[in-house]
Amino acid sequence: MRIMSEEKQTKKLSIISFSGDFDKLTAVFTLATGAAAVGYEVNLFFTFWGLDAIKIKQGRSPVGKGFLPKVFGLMMGGLKAAPVSRLNFWGISPKIFRFLMKKNNVATLEELVDAAKELGINFYACEMAMHILGIGKSDLIPEVKEILGVASFLKLSEGGQTLFI
Amino acid sequence: MVYDLDVTREHCPMTFVKTTIALNKLQPVDDLNVKVTEAEPLENVPKSATEQGYTVLSVKKTDIAGVYNIEIEK
Repeated sequence: MRIMSEEKQTKKLSIISFSGDFDKLTAVFTLATGAAAVGYEVNLFFTFWGLDAIKIKQGRSPVGKGFLPKVFGLMMGGLKAAPVSRLNFWGISPKIFRFLMKKNNVATLEELVDAAKELGINFYACEMAMHILGIGKSDLIPEVKEILGVASFLKLSEGGQTLFI
Repeated sequence: MVYDLDVTREHCPMTFVKTTIALNKLQPVDDLNVKVTEAEPLENVPKSATEQGYTVLSVKKTDIAGVYNIEIEK
């Protein structure tokens, strides 16, 4: 996680969600919901593996147009199939994390995503990454406000803080 | 009408996220009593309510050690 630009403090937070990893997505949605709850305008821009978090099909499913995108879609899956970035142990670790989060009354990734939707956080998807992975808007959750390119994202994040996760 | 919300078992950010979501759902004449534990929630819950333009009417200790009641006006 690194800060890409730090202009004067404004009430706007934009996050580029690049990773489809469980732990990094948890960081994205924790920061996003926390910021929205204290009055920030929050923009989430999902690109590459980050798109897995906003697919309608949350498990492993051959989402995508064409053979190779379908293989990628099946291998990566959606939100519920997200691996952790370290010590994934063939998918066992995310299950352990979910158990520990519930046991310790910490919001799970799914609860954070639901809270983000309730708080009216803006979801955007990257046009270029969707094109490569053969994903259409109909494959994504209805909360996705718009399909954007770099120029549009830069414009909407202007004057706020931007993170790349 | 006065509504109650207990976030004593929640952790950051859900303490103030749940408070904000509850406040957003209230009518302008409603109040919300939020039960919080000391430290992070006691600091962030009133702060988030104030940032959203709501009025914190009172912050009082309850009979339970380490638990406070925050009264917020929509």
